[in-house]
Amino acid sequence: MNASTQAVALPQLAPAQRAIGLIGSDLTEKSLRLHLEGLPGVDAVGLEQRAAGLGTRSIKTTSKAWALDTIIRLIDLTTLEGADTPGKVRSLVAKAMNPDPSDTSTPRVAAVCVYGDMVPYATEALGASHGDPDAGLISVAAVATAFPSGRASLPVKLADTADAVANGADEIDMVIDRGAFLAGNYGLVFDQIVAVKEACRREDGSYAHLKVILETGELNTYDNVRRASWLAILAGGDFIKTSTGKVAPAATLPVTLLMLEVVRDWHRLTGERIGVKPAGGIRTSKDAIKYLVTVAETAGEEWLTPHLFRFGASSLLNDVLLQRQKLTTGRYSGPDYVTID
Amino acid sequence: MTDALTGHSVKQASFLDYAPAPESTSILHLKKSYGLFIDGAFVKGHGTPFKTISPATEVTIAEIANANAKDVDAAVAAARKAYDRTWSKLSGADRGKYLFRIARLVQERARELAVAESLDNGKPIKESRDVDVPLVAAWFFYYAGWADKLDYAGLGPNPKALGVAAQVIPWNFPLLMLAWKIAPALAAGNTVVIKPAETTSLSALLFAEILQQADLPAGVVNIVTGAGDTGEALVNHPDVNKVAFTGSTAVGRAIAKSIAGSGKKLTLELGGKAANIVFDDAPLDQAVEGIVNGIFFNQGHVCCAGSRLLVQENVHEEVVDRLKNRLSTLRLGDPLDKNTDIGAINSREQLERIRELSDIGEKEGAQRWTAPCAIPEKGFWFAPTIFDNVSTSSTIAREEIFGPVLSVLTFRTPAEAIAKANNTPYGLSAGIWSDKGSKILAVADQLRAGVIWANTFNRFDPASPFGGYKESGYGREGGRQGLTAYLSGAGWSAK
Repeated sequence: MNASTQAVALPQLAPAQRAIGLIGSDLTEKSLRLHLEGLPGVDAVGLEQRAAGLGTRSIKTTSKAWALDTIIRLIDLTTLEGADTPGKVRSLVAKAMNPDPSDTSTPRVAAVCVYGDMVPYATEALGASHGDPDAGLISVAAVATAFPSGRASLPVKLADTADAVANGADEIDMVIDRGAFLAGNYGLVFDQIVAVKEACRREDGSYAHLKVILETGELNTYDNVRRASWLAILAGGDFIKTSTGKVAPAATLPVTLLMLEVVRDWHRLTGERIGVKPAGGIRTSKDAIKYLVTVAETAGEEWLTPHLFRFGASSLLNDVLLQRQKLTTGRYSGPDYVTID
Repeated sequence: MTDALTGHSVKQASFLDYAPAPESTSILHLKKSYGLFIDGAFVKGHGTPFKTISPATEVTIAEIANANAKDVDAAVAAARKAYDRTWSKLSGADRGKYLFRIARLVQERARELAVAESLDNGKPIKESRDVDVPLVAAWFFYYAGWADKLDYAGLGPNPKALGVAAQVIPWNFPLLMLAWKIAPALAAGNTVVIKPAETTSLSALLFAEILQQADLPAGVVNIVTGAGDTGEALVNHPDVNKVAFTGSTAVGRAIAKSIAGSGKKLTLELGGKAANIVFDDAPLDQAVEGIVNGIFFNQGHVCCAGSRLLVQENVHEEVVDRLKNRLSTLRLGDPLDKNTDIGAINSREQLERIRELSDIGEKEGAQRWTAPCAIPEKGFWFAPTIFDNVSTSSTIAREEIFGPVLSVLTFRTPAEAIAKANNTPYGLSAGIWSDKGSKILAVADQLRAGVIWANTFNRFDPASPFGGYKESGYGREGGRQGLTAYLSGAGWSAK
């Protein structure tokens, strides 16, 4: 066989619907690469300036009250420790269901986010409160695919995912293979996301929501973040998520702004709405309000619902509760007036 | 939702209708009327006083004295006396101390100055607070450092001050333009008579209070308020050695004529019609921000505004589309609200001019698009406007509008972009947007503009010289180059 005259058949990527719609049916590593590398560049200085500008919005009185309640509704209350126990998870769930015992008008959070093996304890503790956040209920999100590093073989990642879904997880927070991404193996990253999405399929044919963690702190450049965001959407992600929370820097406002610009562009192109979840490092109400402003002024206000925006956070909730108490009573209380989970 | 203040359930129409967040004016302690600042004290003017109003509400803020020729005489005499007896006798280090002191006082009173500026000029408080006033302080700090290092200004050893500088400044950045003028003049050892614009004298008069606080020797800085005739008397006064003017090209040309042959050294910073060039390999989201900042910053009242958008034809529709989306999020309204992006047009006169030119643009066939925003009933307002499909021969592509109006033109190749960018009698600034560094450098090299921004726009720094080509004026302000406008070296002597 003469290799120089033989047309090389490029290996096809998994036939993800969105990618075929945008790139065409000849979906290969090369066509995916050409698409991702053809995206407009990101000017870091300009992006950071815009984020800083959005951060100067002054949210007061009624707007602040609405913002604080909305932040609570958008929180994935999270515990992701090696030391997690069923007791710890039950305590987290109790906090999620009743964030401020001193004020029953306080909304509930969107979801609790735990490791896969903790899902049964979370669903059990939630009981009748387990369900769709749009209906005022609380979802269970599980991290999967060898979180946080993602360094495991594909079968292990898929088993990890399927296990969490079988246990009742409503949402799967997967990590991408950053090593493969940085080495330029976009096709591998893509195929894995498609496979994990398939592992999210339940027996009744419905799917657990898939959040794709890019771990932007390891991707390092904004251009990479934009490419990875597109890649995750094309492969079928329902949400793109900044970070695991285990790598510094975790979520930053410029990175989140950039990802919001991607979902805004995707919506302009296809009419489909993808969610964004900044996770890690957002600890104060003041910071979280900057994110709300950024969402509203970039993707649009309609993104401020649990199906399209989440905060991955643990300590944020109590700061929001303190601010909420301040708005109600006019006085600042202190950390002993909110409960630890 | 529940209103946490009342406990009642209220319906939030839209989060983006942010609740009002006005900056308090309680920090301001304005007088009912202001005199002229001559020889270290406020004195009455001999002209008929005039009122300064807030362009956002048309409410009178204060009454301002009007300097006639006699007052200008007194101010120049005070400046001359201060130059001869005090300021020229001080060491550079001692002049620097005064400038450092002024810079610190500006920082201490930053909030107050920002509120006054927004009230009187109509610009949003976020700009006066985050741009104008910090730059004012930066300018004084920067030139304070130069005062004892004039040997290194590039004019040879021991350059000499010129004497009395007559300075006339515009209304678009009232306090910042004052700083651009006064800081290098004093650092170089000159004394000053400055005339702020008629519609925006207030911050200059607060600055006079700062000079008193700083114990600046009497007469070193004199502030005469008034209209065009006051300025005319000032620049034509026989005892001034230096004239510095920022404003329209028409007035600049008249000044150049009237002082020709007088031996007065002249710097002019005049109009502009800057091209903002967007290539198809630009970082598009940031380019859109840069276009917005280039033309809608300060309601477009910026001489270096990027008022001509030159966009490569193959990304034209996408850029204009994104731009319209972005402009729809701009918030027009109360300049003192911390969330306002677009404030009021400074005067009725300017508003009329913007309207007139926009109507001409429409008549000449350009497509007009106006951002959807509610216009307040009182005051002077103009919603952000884009004209698409503008041809190079169109009036709005050639004349400076000095308002929130962007003309969009297209180009096909870098050569065409350069030709179109340079095809203007002005040459103050330009912008280039591309991810390719070599292209930026190659294009910048061929643009005839004093300031060229790459992947940014409307950024200012005291260390960076600023000034124009052609009808945009001559001389440079800022940086080491800015000092040479106020010094004479071996090759040049003041009369």
